[in-house]
Amino acid sequence: MAYDYEKSLRPGKLPHIWCPGCGHGIVMKGLLRAMDTCGLEKNNTALVSGIGCASRLPGYVDMCTLHTAHGRAAAFATGVKMARPEMNVIVMGGDGDGTAIGGNHFIHACRRNIDMTYVIMNNFIYGMTGGQFSPCTPTGDKASTTPYGNPDPTFDISKLAIGAGATFVARTTAFHATQIDKLIAEGIKHKGMAIIEVLDDCPTTYGRRNKFRSVVDMMKRLKDIAVPVTAAGKMTAEQLEGKILTGVLYKEDKPEYCEQYAKVIARAKGAK
Amino acid sequence: MSIEVIERYCKGCSICVEFCPKNVLEMDGFIVKVARPDDCIKCMQCELRCPDFAIKVHTD
Repeated sequence: MAYDYEKSLRPGKLPHIWCPGCGHGIVMKGLLRAMDTCGLEKNNTALVSGIGCASRLPGYVDMCTLHTAHGRAAAFATGVKMARPEMNVIVMGGDGDGTAIGGNHFIHACRRNIDMTYVIMNNFIYGMTGGQFSPCTPTGDKASTTPYGNPDPTFDISKLAIGAGATFVARTTAFHATQIDKLIAEGIKHKGMAIIEVLDDCPTTYGRRNKFRSVVDMMKRLKDIAVPVTAAGKMTAEQLEGKILTGVLYKEDKPEYCEQYAKVIARAKGAK
Repeated sequence: MSIEVIERYCKGCSICVEFCPKNVLEMDGFIVKVARPDDCIKCMQCELRCPDFAIKVHTD
């Protein structure tokens, strides 16, 4: 039976604004399936986003949504979670929003290990603002502001998140559509900061500047560069050259921020 | 069993055409068309991968 996505969408909002072949739609479908799997309901779920193509996502979903300032999604989401710890808070954003303009908020949300899920759609570029290079644009690739190739080394978002203290870090791609909802569902169930990086395709501002002939080419590239983390142990360093590990990259249990903060409140009120 | 294409949503990215293992779909200008519905094996790849919510496979 066809999956009924429209029950979770705001009526009359489709077709969405994303370009033909943009992977954000695939991620949105994964999110809707994951929210269904976890039994999240309209009144106990908040979707928070900043600015950008990926950050348009909450506008389509019929839940409590918050569309905030550029890069500040994690900060606003922290506020929502602190005020209403019973809410399931999910942040949706892109690589430019999350790691450049919002890099500071991103790392500190990871450090606090606050119980939220951050789905970061890494399409290697700033899409909405005109194809400028982001911290995730691969070195040597072209963007509107690097017409002769990007000289900057790139961020590895998952390693950044692990280093900053997130307790659940996973990565997948828009090609691996069924893995998206499994990882997001696992992230939602995890108590603490869950980062799910989804490598995505931007055919309009990234693909056409970097010699991808079509959307399908970009999807096939995502398929080719992805190596499951479980299989990577058996591969040599040469075989792993240029590949990106997918799956659950890191998981640990650490004290969650809202619980720790509740203890501080209790202590301040005189409890022992 | 039927494959429904919501033409108003389809942006013609051709992901579904490419990833259909049985070559059921084809492009008709900028919109996808169900050309060979009898070959469909209900793998749901098109529905899963469509970024635009434009294709549904009804299995009953």
